[in-house]
Amino acid sequence: MRERSALIRLVDVAATDVLPFAQRTVARALRRADELSLELLGPDFDDRTRRLRERYLALGGDPFGLDADTAKYALVAAAFFHRFYFRTEVHGLEHLPEGRVLLIANHSGQVPLDGLVIGATLFLDAEPPRVIRAMVEKWTQTLPFVSTFFSRVGQVVGVPENARRLLEMGEPLLVFPEGTRGISKPFSQRYQLTEFGLGFMRLAIETNTPIVPIAVVGAEEQYVNLGNLRWAARALGMPVFPVVPQFFVPGMQLPLPVKYRLWFGEPMRFTGDPDDEDAAIEEKVFVVQQTIQRMIDRGLRERKGLFR
Amino acid sequence: MTIPPGAERRRTPARRRELRRSDDQPSPEAARRIAEGAVVLTGCVGRLGRRVVRALHRERRVIGLDRRPFPDRPKDLEHHEIDLRRKKARDLFRGPDIGALVHLGVMHDPTRSAEEHHTWNVVGFQKLLDYVGEFDIPKVVLLSSANVYGPRPDNPQFLSEEAPLLGAGAFSEMRDLVSLDMLAQSFFWKHPGTETVILRPAHILGTVRNAPSNYLRLQVAPRLLGFDPMVQAVHQDDVVQAILRALQPGVSGVFNVAGPPPVALSEALRLLGRPTLPVPHTLAKATLDRLWRLGMTSFPAPELDFVRYVCMVDDSRAREVLGYRPRHDLEQTLAAVDEERWP
Repeated sequence: MRERSALIRLVDVAATDVLPFAQRTVARALRRADELSLELLGPDFDDRTRRLRERYLALGGDPFGLDADTAKYALVAAAFFHRFYFRTEVHGLEHLPEGRVLLIANHSGQVPLDGLVIGATLFLDAEPPRVIRAMVEKWTQTLPFVSTFFSRVGQVVGVPENARRLLEMGEPLLVFPEGTRGISKPFSQRYQLTEFGLGFMRLAIETNTPIVPIAVVGAEEQYVNLGNLRWAARALGMPVFPVVPQFFVPGMQLPLPVKYRLWFGEPMRFTGDPDDEDAAIEEKVFVVQQTIQRMIDRGLRERKGLFR
Repeated sequence: MTIPPGAERRRTPARRRELRRSDDQPSPEAARRIAEGAVVLTGCVGRLGRRVVRALHRERRVIGLDRRPFPDRPKDLEHHEIDLRRKKARDLFRGPDIGALVHLGVMHDPTRSAEEHHTWNVVGFQKLLDYVGEFDIPKVVLLSSANVYGPRPDNPQFLSEEAPLLGAGAFSEMRDLVSLDMLAQSFFWKHPGTETVILRPAHILGTVRNAPSNYLRLQVAPRLLGFDPMVQAVHQDDVVQAILRALQPGVSGVFNVAGPPPVALSEALRLLGRPTLPVPHTLAKATLDRLWRLGMTSFPAPELDFVRYVCMVDDSRAREVLGYRPRHDLEQTLAAVDEERWP
């Protein structure tokens, strides 16, 4: 009997004190985040969120589950890296066409912060503000919270049907054709593009979508990768196992505060048969790859230093 | 969603294979039979069946086939209380003026054995199709379900009719539904003289007793912690509309049927005003497994995947070919689970 009453008391305390307290704390944290974003990012940020919300309301809701209010908080975090941590310099944003577009970028830096920064650029600097859509691995959908988070911030499962549908909706789609090969390059191969996948070109031709090439300069130096251990990757069932000394130094897990430079190229259009042989598609992909490599080389020549 | 000029639809192998022969029109005689002949309706006593009866019986002869009694049936409904597996069912298809078979009589009853389900759903339906072939009935409409595609982590957000039917892995009842759908597909190819229509609606909501409606009728709706997939629902009367449109002469093939635009599951429950209880997946699965074995729940554990992964369909073919448009918006569709008025 005593035990039961103790249990009841516990439930009572939980319901009357702890729960409202937790709710108040969460509400206060959200309010604080709102104030902080206003302080750091200016009134423009709120205005951009509102326009975003209106865009998806006009579409009758996003069928992939994007929620402007959840995306807002993710964007505050992205804006922190974009504006204050990496102090991104953006060039050539005027090349970005309205409506659907395929953004093709080099992938680098061990951790996909380049995607985050490109996303922040499209929301904070581009006119009109847009939420970048990218494809995530299928297995992420089996993880609780992660799957919901990805869907709320507009990231979709990586299958061709979804890419096609997003472009038909007029969304900007970000693709890193190098994939894992690119992001986990060792430091000695920095700024050398690896082999591009062909899928994005077939998609672009099929849906008649302009391709905007993007060169990300600076991300390669955020984590220094001494080399990939193939046997460790195989043993752990991971795609790669990079050796990054920084990860093992306490307090150094954050990337180095390098300066990011984004170069947006002019839109490129391709025509032909999307079901053509690989060789024919490869030629077109090579044109894009060359353009990005040229933009990277130019960005490297023009930068004054890693951190400024 | 509009496709801008110049952007031609990709002709993938799947698209070329699609189950559709809209170019060959039925003969005038067959068209007349489809348009005016009698309709054999299985499962007419079910809640969806009654709605189909109400929509059809004033316009044409309806022959009901259901082993359950139909006490307050419309006077002009010919109701035959027979088990569809019995030989007597064959007699209903005899006669020159039978225009169509509409098959709604799919058994889903957790108190009955898997074997009973199999003989009813698969063997029984095969027999009905044999009668249709034997008596040259010009139209067959099967109400399948979008569940045959199966909720999966690697599903595209919207599945087309050509997507593989992968819902069968989970449990025997779903396997039966997939076999049912496949039987109708092979019948489509083997009998070009009969227009076979397979409808695959998203979750049907209304007074019907199916898993999604029952789930939304729970006082407290359990959800999986950390999962909130987008879901699609369709109002029961919109499904009736799709069935009527499938009965038009000249249409055949597979059609996905969806209702209003999709919403997140949490948003649907919020609109309905249901309190929710987030449960971790492992705990929910173990609990449901145990309850199912004791016969205390009508939700088998594999159905949890429906509140975990997306399983939504692209209904553009039904809109284009059948002229189908959902008439109920999201609020009306959700609210339909609470109305207990019977036709």
